[in-house]
Amino acid sequence: MSALLEVEGLVKHYLVRGGGGLFGAPVVLKAVDGVSFSIPAGRTLGLVGESGCGKSTTARLVLGTLARDDGKVVFDGEPVGAVRDARWRAQRRTMQMVYQDPLSALDRRLTVGKQVMEPALIHGLGTAAERRQKALSIMDAVGLSSRFFDRYPHELSGGQRQRVVLARALILSPKLLVCDEPISALDVSIQAQVINLLLDLQDQFSLTYLFISHDLKVVRQVAHEVAVMYLGRIVERGDPEALFHAPAHPYTRALVGAIPTPLTRGRARASLQGDPPSPINTPPGCAFHPRCPRAEARCRSEAPLLRPLDDGRFAACHFPVLSTPAREAA
Amino acid sequence: MTSPLVELKDLTVDFPVGGNWVRALHGVSLTIRRGEALGLVGESGSGKSVTWLAATKLLPAKARIAGEVLLDGRPIQGLTRDQMAGVRGKRVALIFQDPTSSLNPVHRVGTQIAEAVRLHRGFDAAAARAEARRLLDRVHIPSAARRIDDYPHELSGGTNQRVMIAVALAGEPDLLVADEPTTALDVTIQAQILDLLAEMRRETGMALVLISHDLGIVADITDRVAVMYAGRIVEEAPVDALFDDPRHPYTQGLLAALPDVGGPRRRLTAIHGQVPNPAALPPGCSFAPRCPAAIAGCVTAIPSLDAVAADRRTACFRARPATSLEIAA
Repeated sequence: MSALLEVEGLVKHYLVRGGGGLFGAPVVLKAVDGVSFSIPAGRTLGLVGESGCGKSTTARLVLGTLARDDGKVVFDGEPVGAVRDARWRAQRRTMQMVYQDPLSALDRRLTVGKQVMEPALIHGLGTAAERRQKALSIMDAVGLSSRFFDRYPHELSGGQRQRVVLARALILSPKLLVCDEPISALDVSIQAQVINLLLDLQDQFSLTYLFISHDLKVVRQVAHEVAVMYLGRIVERGDPEALFHAPAHPYTRALVGAIPTPLTRGRARASLQGDPPSPINTPPGCAFHPRCPRAEARCRSEAPLLRPLDDGRFAACHFPVLSTPAREAA
Repeated sequence: MTSPLVELKDLTVDFPVGGNWVRALHGVSLTIRRGEALGLVGESGSGKSVTWLAATKLLPAKARIAGEVLLDGRPIQGLTRDQMAGVRGKRVALIFQDPTSSLNPVHRVGTQIAEAVRLHRGFDAAAARAEARRLLDRVHIPSAARRIDDYPHELSGGTNQRVMIAVALAGEPDLLVADEPTTALDVTIQAQILDLLAEMRRETGMALVLISHDLGIVADITDRVAVMYAGRIVEEAPVDALFDDPRHPYTQGLLAALPDVGGPRRRLTAIHGQVPNPAALPPGCSFAPRCPAAIAGCVTAIPSLDAVAADRRTACFRARPATSLEIAA
């Protein structure tokens, strides 16, 4: 299976004002600092991490809506750039984005039907009648009845709005959907509906997903492969079951151990101390070492590379945790 | 038997919406025992926050509140504004979702904690500052001596929530109401705050009401759970009983819809449909239109919250013993 999306050595640094107020010397904020992954067609990569780890920036770099400083993005055999020329626009058709808050992603003054048809109109696809037909069939596929066609976003519930956002992305028959926290704004009983819908749509339209979330429980539900980010880098990547049951990187271990679930109630947690450091002053060596319970001298001086482990997973750690499942150890 | 710490009796809340009254809370009765941790779960609009805002008289004046709130067995309805201010913060403290907007951005965090200490415990300025310093240590803020003069914007979200907890502890309350205290925080920071809340409860013996949409958090640190749907409590049980053997179809549905990091990966069972509009609730049980177990009787009568076992209450015709089920059918 060849990869639909290949990302190699992606870098995005920002110059921001440092300490010392208005006249402080500019310092470098490393939002994304050498991220590589690939997603085979029809599969889902889950990108997880806490706020500020660079997961959303990675999404924008992949889509070419933000110019990268270094690295390579190849989508469907073609390089993706951030120069908005004809080829960039053509690529837009096949890679679409789904955001967290459906209400702010929708135009409140346009009916549902008009919004769903709009991308097809912009890309000049079909006649008006064909666009209407296509919109109705996509709305049906995302579980929106045709009676919503002439409604406005404010008349819909949160779950229905997210279905409109999905319909609007799907009308262009994209190959890749980049979903940035697509269900975080939804209520628990609606989240499951949308997760199941995303899985069904993937089957029906052979979609490839880059699925970004802070919620590991949701990512496990949808992803074929998971990448964990910390301070602009991927620290662990691999099969979700292996990664969640026996995390190799101490950060993944802490992340998985921190999730409260009804299944794990009453069990002691190995809590991580402190806050994540700012991406402006990343510590030397491994960026995680100040919070890491396993850190040794080498971790403070030498940044670990993302290397393969025996079971096919990748971890960027000098002393990865091998075998012992975290939940039993906890 | 001594009276429970807090008792809510048939609490109702109505809000004026376009010339009509819309009922947000339909008679909530709830008991908080001394020192216990109660979880209140539900989706947006279920009334879990309104319940406590009404009980502590923090709702806007236009809201119409009825029912009884008893503190130590004594009603608080008759209290004046000043007397109520002595209850809130002192006896019952509240913390909210977004700590950074709950704190005053133009005052140093130490000043804000000291203010609560002076107000509730009558300390002088120097003693209050010393107590603020001690409270910052107690909520495990590293280098408290330095942080005491920081402004909220200089601190992280997790540290600001620790400051809020310090402010709440300043009055040595008997009950802490925490409304989605970790929703705005990252998961590793959330774990720290949950650990801190559990530790503070162990040390002080205060009771805790944890309001959350997240069943995992509630399972983690509470003893008893009440599940709310459309302005009513639909199920109430000790935490293990609720998660091992949920009786109300809504609770069962919520658990089936919840993904987990452990256990076998299965397709989630979604609850179809959506939460009803409070201005247009279905007749009968509010959950009936979405309920896989609904029978004819569910759409005509509203089930009351009745005891189904020791320390368990459920508002469902289908969760009753067979005799009343036959009556309902």
